[in-house]
Formats: sequence, structure tokens, C-alpha cells
Amino acid sequence: MKEQNLEAHFQAKIDAEIKIEPKDWMPDEYRKTLIRQISQHAHSEIVGMLPEGNWITRAPSLRRKLILLAKVQDEAGHGLYLYSAAETLGADRGDLVLQMLNGKAKYSSIFNYPTLNWADIGAIGWLVDGAAITNQVMLTRTSYGPYARAMVRICKEESFHQRQGYEIMLAMSRGSEEQKQMAQDSLNRWWWPSLMMFGPHDGESSHSEQAFKWKIKRKSNDELRQQFVDATIPQAGLLGLTVPDPALRWNAERGHYDFSPINWDEFWNVVKGNGPCNRERIAARQKACDDGAWVREAALAYAEKKEQKQIGARQTAAA
Amino acid sequence: MKKSWPLWEVFIRSKSGLDHKHAGSIHAADAEMAIENARDIYTRRNEGVSIWVVESKHITASDPDDADALFEPAKDKIYRHPTFYNLPDEVKHM
Ligand SMILES: [Fe+2]
Ligand SMILES: [Fe+2]
Repeated sequence: MKEQNLEAHFQAKIDAEIKIEPKDWMPDEYRKTLIRQISQHAHSEIVGMLPEGNWITRAPSLRRKLILLAKVQDEAGHGLYLYSAAETLGADRGDLVLQMLNGKAKYSSIFNYPTLNWADIGAIGWLVDGAAITNQVMLTRTSYGPYARAMVRICKEESFHQRQGYEIMLAMSRGSEEQKQMAQDSLNRWWWPSLMMFGPHDGESSHSEQAFKWKIKRKSNDELRQQFVDATIPQAGLLGLTVPDPALRWNAERGHYDFSPINWDEFWNVVKGNGPCNRERIAARQKACDDGAWVREAALAYAEKKEQKQIGARQTAAA
Repeated sequence: MKKSWPLWEVFIRSKSGLDHKHAGSIHAADAEMAIENARDIYTRRNEGVSIWVVESKHITASDPDDADALFEPAKDKIYRHPTFYNLPDEVKHM
């Protein structure tokens, strides 16, 4: 088939809601877009373990510690599902990790904010996982099969993440005055960065039009952001906490909450590497990569040696 | 980056009586580690009672371009389906 026909055939499949699978023909740009998006998503899951991992040893009870451990382990799993999905497109996992370490590939900027106290673990589960879920539920219907399947798996696991976070916020907001203050302070700090997680306004995001046509995305950044705000405000009310936005109010005409404009300078500043923890996060990932190198090599050497031995044993038996 | 661990495909039997089903892939240095990694990555919530792993390079997949040649011939053989046959209503369950 000619390139043009291939492309038309490809688009027809997308329009008919037929998933694209690894060995199917796809435009180069589709492949590149997916590798970029899926790997950034994978990096976010992996780097996302750092702010929460910071509190595992200091969780206030054994119950909370077990939960947090399980949650952080899930995030590692999510990263791995996603790297696998990217690999089905021909990407090499080692290369992808390298691109993250040298700054060529991004991860979600939210993880460049610090976790200052235990309430932040609650706020992250509730807001950051909540925002991620909003996006990920949409992505369960993305046009690339392996990515969609990874998302289904991830979404099944995510709802525990959000619920455990909200439970922490609930416990704190119903605790002492000081604890309630901590919860409120944490909400104040995580609210805006959580809204920024959905990315720039629709008009300003460079890849969005093509991503819609290819059904990689099905909702715009602003749509998803609004959906998240609408779902979250009543939850904040239930906690007796308020979001740090004086302009926030219900708009009966639109049937949505109105909220203040986002501080995009802060967003771009963090994306460009100047957030509070960008350097620390990359340094931690680099250290993990370096410190683990000998383990990876040793495991491979051991596997090779074992295989040689087995071949040797088989030859002796045959002789 | 140095040589990386090979890729393995993971198949999981979710409960006795059901087939193993493809779950995804993982990297591991050898088969034993592949089973352990698959356990950690794909069965954290009782998703399985049995795991198969096979190095991805050993899987041969059909070419999507051959799909017509491979699968088209089955399409017009509707007599292979029970609904093709008209039987009187008196024959109740068959
Ligand atoms: Fe996750
Ligand atoms: Fe999560």
C-alpha cells in the first residue's frame, strides 16, 4: 500500500474505534507522540514515588506505613506497565530512562514540590492521584491498545490511592485544631500545582489537535481540569476545608465551578527545572541508577553463567 | 547504557480452570527472576494463581498485513456455526 493509503486506512480504523496494535502500520508521528507521552507518564510514576517515599519511615502508625508502602509500590508498578507499553513501539527502556536523567524527557511537574509534613501525604493521595485519575480514566479509551490496557490496570489500582489520601485528610481535619491547620495548609500548597497537572490551556498546548484526531486524547486539558475541580470542591467541603481561591464559586448557568486564572509563570518555571525539588529528584533517580548498576550487571553475569552450566551439563549427558 | 536484561512476556492464570492470559511484559536477567518480577508487578492483588513467562524474542506473531489471507477464509463458512441450520421448533434443545 502507498503511504497515503496507509495513512487513510489508519485514520479509518481510528475513526471506527478500532485499536491500533504494536505491529500495525502507524504514522511515524503517531509513534513518536506516543513514545513521548507514554514515557513521560512512566517517568512521572517513578519520580512520583520520591515525595511519598520521603514519609514511609515516618508514617504515624503501622497501618499508615503499610498503606503508604503498598501505594508507593503500586506507583513503581505503574511506571513499569507504562515502560512496557512504550517498548511495544520500539523504544528502548534504557534510552528512555537516560532521557529523563539528562532532562530531555519531562515528568509531571507536581513531583517537584516537597512533602513537608504528614498531611501532604493525604493531600497528594486525594488531589494529585485524584487529578491523575481524571486524566487516566480518559486514557483507558486511548487509541493505542497497549497504552489503553496499561491504563485500565492502573485505574483499577488508583482508586485506593485517592481513598487512602482522603482518609488521611479526613482524620486530620477531624483531629485537633493543630491537625486541622496542617490539613488546611497542605491543601493550600497542593491545590494550584494539582490544577496545573492538566497542562496548559487548550489553545496553548502544541500537540493537542493531532492528539485529538488520532484519539490519543479525548478530552481537552481545560475540560479535564474543570471536571476535577467540580468533583473535588464538594469533597473539600466535606472535610471542612477551603481551597485557596477567593474567586471560586458555583456558576449555576454553566453548571460548573468558576475558578481564578492559573499562575502559568510558576508552571513554566517548574517545567524548566526551577521548581523547589527538580534537582533533588533527578539526583535521586541518578543515584538509584548508578547504585543499581552493579546489581544489574551481576544478575546478568549470573544468568549467563548458569545458562553456560546448563548447556555444559546437557552436552555431558548427551555424550 | 550497558546491555540490559532481556524482555519477557507474562501470562497469568487468574484462577484454576481458566487459561493463562497475556498480562504484559517485564525485564529480568533469567526465567526465575522473570517469575518473581511478574509476581511483584502483575499479581499484587490476587490476580493470579499461576504464571508463565517466555522471553519475548521466542514469540512469533502473525503479520497484520497477512490478516486477510489468514482469517478471511473463515468468514464465509457460516455453516460452521450452529445458527446456520434451520430445525423445527419441536426439536427443543440441540
Ligand atoms: Fe500511578
Ligand atoms: Fe497513584
